[in-house]
Amino acid sequence: MTKKSDFERPDGRAVNETRKITAKVGVIPNADGSAMFSFGETIAIAAVYGPRKMHPQHAQDPQKGVLRCEYNMISFSVNERIRPGMNRRSTEISKITEWALEPVLMLEKYPTAVVDVFINIIQANASTRCAGINAAALALAQAGIPMKSLVSSVSIGKLDKQLVVDVSKKEEDWEEGEGATDIPITMTPDGKITHIQLDGKISKEQLKEAVHLAREATKKIYEIQKDALRRSVGEQ
Amino acid sequence: MTERKVIIPGEVIVHGKDYLPGEWTEKRNDEIVSLIFGVVEETNKLIRVIPISGPYQPRRGNVVIGEVVNVLSNGWFIEIGTPESAFLSLSEVPGYVNKGELAEVLDTGSMVVAKIANINKRGIDLTIRAAGLGQIEDGIIMNVNSNKVPRVIGKEGSMINLIKENTKCDITVGQNGVIWISGETTEAELFAKKAVEFIIENFFKEGLTEEMERWFNKEKEE
Amino acid sequence: MIETSKLNAETIKKYLAEGKRFDGRQPDEFREISIETGVSKNAEGSARVKIGKTEVIVGIKMDAQTPYPDSMDKGNLMVNAELLPLSSSKFESGPPKFPSIELARIIDRGIRESKFIQLEKLCIKEGEKVWTVMIDIYSLNDDGNLLDAAGIAAIAALKTARIPKYDEEAERVLFGELTDKNIPLTKDVPISITLHKIGNHFLVDPTAEEEAISGTRLTIASSNGVIYSMQKGELAELDIEEFNKALDLIEKTEREIYKKLEKHFK
Repeated sequence: MTKKSDFERPDGRAVNETRKITAKVGVIPNADGSAMFSFGETIAIAAVYGPRKMHPQHAQDPQKGVLRCEYNMISFSVNERIRPGMNRRSTEISKITEWALEPVLMLEKYPTAVVDVFINIIQANASTRCAGINAAALALAQAGIPMKSLVSSVSIGKLDKQLVVDVSKKEEDWEEGEGATDIPITMTPDGKITHIQLDGKISKEQLKEAVHLAREATKKIYEIQKDALRRSVGEQ
Repeated sequence: MTERKVIIPGEVIVHGKDYLPGEWTEKRNDEIVSLIFGVVEETNKLIRVIPISGPYQPRRGNVVIGEVVNVLSNGWFIEIGTPESAFLSLSEVPGYVNKGELAEVLDTGSMVVAKIANINKRGIDLTIRAAGLGQIEDGIIMNVNSNKVPRVIGKEGSMINLIKENTKCDITVGQNGVIWISGETTEAELFAKKAVEFIIENFFKEGLTEEMERWFNKEKEE
Repeated sequence: MIETSKLNAETIKKYLAEGKRFDGRQPDEFREISIETGVSKNAEGSARVKIGKTEVIVGIKMDAQTPYPDSMDKGNLMVNAELLPLSSSKFESGPPKFPSIELARIIDRGIRESKFIQLEKLCIKEGEKVWTVMIDIYSLNDDGNLLDAAGIAAIAALKTARIPKYDEEAERVLFGELTDKNIPLTKDVPISITLHKIGNHFLVDPTAEEEAISGTRLTIASSNGVIYSMQKGELAELDIEEFNKALDLIEKTEREIYKKLEKHFK
């Protein structure tokens, strides 16, 4: 249900409305599991390879499989070309993505092995890490990795004093009043937070409200993810 | 053809105290929850999920097909698609092999049909001491996801026998998802490969054996 | 799981001797090609090409930069390729290794030597500012023949790319704002075709399984029978008769592919 509000978002959305979401599973035939997930014009592709032998040997965990995520944006995904290769931002987001996914993975069955997740952003309009995490969760499920549940990710923004769901680039660059606060959050279907970050300026009360908005939004995203997985079976 | 119920990891399959959690499920309070992306199967209140995809789970007694990746002084390392290494010891091949002659018996790149004799902390132990096991000399090797192998074989071999009869090929299906097809002609081998690909594409449907029979009749008319 | 086994290698050669391939194609036959442009909207131009299950995505970015000293009134061309780990278990993360460097350089030479891009029309201010055209190639799924897929995608992306607005006073590019102008291109489209030799037989458009046992490959970028660049890769030798036969086969295939894709290249 979308709330009516006086606040005008640049693309006319209601404050708790996400952009159009598309999700497709099984987009990379070579991968063990793969998916595409988009929030409006932000498009992420994730591919899973594994469990497979882990090199170097000293990085192996004798108790359980290791999750290894790599997130990166392709050079032309943004207006100003990004030099190819990893940078500090993509390195951090890679780790954040691991932390967002690992709590629901059951990797005890694969000691010494590695599960590699590769995420590439094909087109960026903010909320790329959230799109990437959503795609990765689908790819892991399709790869047959045992999971306690999926996870679903969304960005909550505060534009001046107004909370909004699913931040676009124009909103990320909001300058009026208190500017923009960006809060990407990942949750399990039963409401457990596996990832949360924030930068901007916000009161404790509004932050609690933001988390509540994320809970509602991730519930909807979860339904879309489930549907994408089911559809992938009919279309083999 | 109807379709079996597809389930998502974390999704509730069924409520009820009577139900028992089988493979790839977990009981949370009175609910049976799936732990994997798969298809639900129920037998007398025992609920299990058959994964749609995922890595091969090696089991003792499985027939597997693999490639020799390393020749040592006392055996061979065989790649069967698992993170753990699979080892074929000198003592597990029929006949006597002189130390130093191992590469002549099986060189790197050779394909073998083997059986898993044992699985322990060190890895997987293979054997080729039994009928139907040994080096593969000709034909085609196909790779499918190991979870689809039961569909390719069918109940009591019904599906695989259907393919063999209709294509006149010898087919050995490794539990690790590697399939060996050997026929009289290249046409026969390609036909068998196509048949297996059809099964993989339609693995989730009920009544697949009848569908396969119809497919063969149609293909043969062409 | 496994790289092409020796067994399949032998069988592939046996099949080729009968003019057959595992997927039922003829040795001189390409898989189905699909081209989609405008797939990445922040790029000045982009294209996604599939050949069978092989998939690549190419984007064009432009920037205003200083010209090279030996071409003060000409724009620049830069081609970069990344073989993404997500496209195949063969590729590892990290800095580009030889295969991606070679792919980029082969595509670069085909476009550069054919003068497909009219670089002399990309001068903003002689000696000071020219347009640089940056072509970035990414593999999304490698089932063989990334080279030819990348070549087709680069052309399609260039054809549909538009030049960004340039603020003359501030001397900077207004990224995200495009003019109506396309990149100036010539009519002769340099199409890259790679011919492989497996055993004693030639074939085009190999699957990953076939490519893994290729003895040698010959990539030629040409248009209307004029050859602009050529690269022989890998180890097997070609005698002169084979080489001449290869040239004929590549020319024939180039014509066929051009015809198939003509509407995308107009």
